[in-house]
Parts: sequence; structure tokens; C-alpha cells
Amino acid sequence: MFDINKIRSDFPVLAREVYGKPLVYFDNGATTQKPARVIDAVREAYDSYYSNIHRGVHALSDISSGKYENAREKVRAFINAESKKEIIFTAGTTASINLVAFSFGERYIKKGDEVLITALEHHANIVPWQMMCERKGAVLKVIPINDDGSLNLEKVNELITGKTKILAVTHVSNAIGVINPVKEIIEAAHKHNIPVLVDGAQGIQHGHVDVMDLEADFYVFSGHKVYGPTGIGVLYGKRKWLEDMPPYQGGGDMVDRVSFEKTTYNELPFKFEAGTTNFVGAIGMAEALDYIGSIGMDNISKHENELKHYAKERLEQLGGLTFYGTTANTISILSFLVDNIHQYDAGMILDKMGVAIRTGSHCAQPVMSRFGIDGTIRASMCFYNTKEEIDILCEGIEKVKMMML
Amino acid sequence: MSNNGKTINQVQDQIIDEFSLFDDWMDKYDHLIEEGKDLQLLDENEKKQDFLIEGCQSRVWLKPDFDGEKIYFKADSDAIITKGIVALLIKVLSGRTPSEILETDLYFIEKVGLSQNLSPTRSNGLLAMVKQMKLYAMAYKAKQKG
Repeated sequence: MFDINKIRSDFPVLAREVYGKPLVYFDNGATTQKPARVIDAVREAYDSYYSNIHRGVHALSDISSGKYENAREKVRAFINAESKKEIIFTAGTTASINLVAFSFGERYIKKGDEVLITALEHHANIVPWQMMCERKGAVLKVIPINDDGSLNLEKVNELITGKTKILAVTHVSNAIGVINPVKEIIEAAHKHNIPVLVDGAQGIQHGHVDVMDLEADFYVFSGHKVYGPTGIGVLYGKRKWLEDMPPYQGGGDMVDRVSFEKTTYNELPFKFEAGTTNFVGAIGMAEALDYIGSIGMDNISKHENELKHYAKERLEQLGGLTFYGTTANTISILSFLVDNIHQYDAGMILDKMGVAIRTGSHCAQPVMSRFGIDGTIRASMCFYNTKEEIDILCEGIEKVKMMML
Repeated sequence: MSNNGKTINQVQDQIIDEFSLFDDWMDKYDHLIEEGKDLQLLDENEKKQDFLIEGCQSRVWLKPDFDGEKIYFKADSDAIITKGIVALLIKVLSGRTPSEILETDLYFIEKVGLSQNLSPTRSNGLLAMVKQMKLYAMAYKAKQKG
């Protein structure tokens, strides 16, 4: 039973007002709000058993370490990875991609090799590869998109060459909400023995992710976009890659034996977790995943899909809106412009009406360039949003039009 | 733009008075939009890269003109609210000497409720505009001395 009022009451911040108006939070693509039980889990970690993990022999360290490893198991189960060893905790999606770009690059990329990404990527899935390509003398190639925002899949096979070493693709576009057919892309790449990294920052919170079914080589996401704390993220990697790749950062916990002559590294997953990790964040994220489990991903997807269709219909009725990412296969993100009104002007007015949306390029300038624009207004909705909130957004847009036109 | 013989602070106080009439944010924005309409705009051919202020979500062009004594600013923006904000700055700082511009404490920004737009990461670039105006003033001041 999907009880929206109960769900909203799970998120303390949703009850607040801004500028004397009820908060309408439509910036979930940037980060999601936290349910009380996640906040409580984080508080409990500091209140009642806080101690460094994998270090001490004492009671609290045992509890912390146990909770941390339990969080790893929950992440494994959530994305259906084969083994806990394949779950690396990082600071977030960006950190995960940087890790892979560096370590994979060190191990496998040589001068003249090629890395394939898509024109839909967030800067976080462009720049780390660019940096690695520069370091290695490799070439970055880009799969283009169609006018409706979908990937031009015909180009995938054309762009894959004997020199392609890895393909990185976003599961869902943060800028325009388009869901990519990642399973198909992975299948195509695997025919040429090319591993695929999937940026799941906008995918993990909107639908079931099964990395074994996808056969993804790497799947990365952030805790804060899936109702968990900030500063924690996940790198899932197939064991064969993670075993073979060199460590990214050196430090404590990632070592086996250290001497000044030679250091040997710890086994997976610890080899990639140098220093004290954000274990409290990991515990909080695991709580968020449990919470999602209690709502049910199918219920979440269904409600979000309803919101998307309602919002699209209502906004279209206002007239003068141009939508970006018009392909049918999208999540509950609407990216649009209103007549010739600057997105920034619209954002300022909506803000004062209590509506939090994002304006600008959404850290995806190449996507904006593809459509010949500087930015859009992005309303990114999730399962705690309501149709009434969409009505308020529409009133806001009408107000914007009245003031600006 | 002429100051009608008013001092910088007289202009600032006048702006504060005008904004004090509005309690509602929408009315403040309406007023800001009106201010933007009074702005003496740049010609299309003056909207050059040189005059573009970096660090704004909307584009802002700011062109200085120095007659040896005072600096006159013209500006434009592709966002209407930003245009209003830059219009206020110009109202206060245009037609002033480099020293006056450098020494001015722009207290009206906080008083009219725009200071929330002042943090360096804010996208409207109010801070960047102020900085750019002061940079021009510094350059012309050096020129005066030289």
C-alpha cells in the first residue's frame, strides 16, 4: 500500500516552509531528502557505538566494523552483485568513476587506445576519462544523441574499434531524464570484449538495478541521491577487473604488509578503500536502501511515472514550453524552457514561490550544446512528490510568464 | 547615466526607500524588472567577449567608458532579473570617479534583500559584477596617476 501522506511524514524536511510557502522540492536530481530513519541511523552510529572500523580489538570497533560490513552486504543485495568483495565504498559517483578511470587506465590503456562515452554524460563521466586519456595519450570518442535525446545506437557499433578499451555510459541522463538501454549497450560492447562502466547516479533510485542481469562490469552511484547521506558512494566492479586493477590511493586498511622496500595490498574490497572510509555514511546509506525496500521499488517507479505523465500534461497545457529529452523512455525528470524566458529568471521567481527546481546546464554542458541552448529548467521529481506540488509548479510557471512576457 | 547631482549614498538610500515599499518578493522582482527596462543597453556589436562577465548563469556584459575623470557603465544581460540587478549597480556607480567607486560600501545590496545573491557560488554573478566594476575603477585610477 503506497500511502503518500505516510511517506511524506517520513521525511522531516518536507514539512518545512520557505519564504512562508510550503516547500515544493523538485531538485531530487541534485540530491534527495533523507527519511528520519536514515538520520536516526547516522545519529545512532555516533551516539552509541562510534569507533574506527577494522582497527581495534575493542567492543565498539567490533560493532562499527560489523555494521559497516553489514552495510556492504545490503548494497550487494540491493544491486544483486555476486559477492561483497565487488562492493567498494567511495565518496560518491564522481569518486568511483575517478577510481576506475585511474586504475583501469593504469592497467589497460596505452597510447592510441580509445575510450568511448556518450553525448548524454554528466561532467563526472567525461572529465575523469579525459584526464586519463591525456595522461595515456588515448583518444576519447563520443556516441551522439538523436533530437529526442535518445542515444544514436546505430553509431555504437560504428564507433567501437579494435582500439576501444572501455565504454562508459550513464544509466539515466541527469540533464534530460533519458533512460539509456544499458543492457543492450553492454551486450554490444561485450561482443567485442569491451567492458562497460554504467553511471547509475540517476538510475539506482528510480528502478530495479541488477548488475548480474545487466552484466555491467562497473556500476557506480552515490548515497545522497538514493535518500542516504552525502559523502558516500559505491563502486561495483566485477571481481576479475578489481582483482587485476592496481590500487587507486595508498594508505591504511588497503595494505597487507608494509615495509619501506615493498608493500603488498589487502584483498578486495579493502584494496580500494584507503584510509578511514565514511563508514557512518555507509551505514546510513544501507538504512536508506532498507527504507526503499520497505516502500518497494515497483511502487516507487509507478508513482514517479504517474507524476511524470501528470506534470508533462499539465505543463504542456500552459503553452509555450519546449521540452528536452522527448523520447518516451525517461524518468520523472522534466527539462524545459518557457517561451524565450531565461531559465535563471524562471528559477528566481519559482524559488520565491517555494518551488525548488534547478536551472542551468546541470553539469552537462555538452548536452546543452547539442540542443543549442545554455541551460534548462529542470524539475526532478521522486516518490515523495505529489500532483498538488506539480499544480504549484504550474502556477509558478504561469506567474513567470506573466512577469516576464 | 546621470546621477542628477546625487551622492552615491543618496542614490543607495533612494533605492532602499523604493524597495521598502514592497513586502512581497514578487513585487520586489517586478520592481527590479522595471529597473532593468531603464538600463541604457549595449548595442549588439558591443556585446563582445571582452565585456562578458565570467561566472554568471546568465550572460552579463558590462562596458566601461572613462572620460578621464569619471567612469560611465553600460550593461546588458540575457536574463531580465539580472538586468535589473546590474541596472541598480549602474545607478549607484556610473558617472563616478574611480576613487569613489573603489571606496564605496554597497550597503543597499543587503538592505534591499539581494545579499543572498552575493555568495561567490551564486549563479547571478552579482559579486562578479561588483568585482568587475571595481577592477575597471582600479585600472582607470592607475591610468589617471600614470
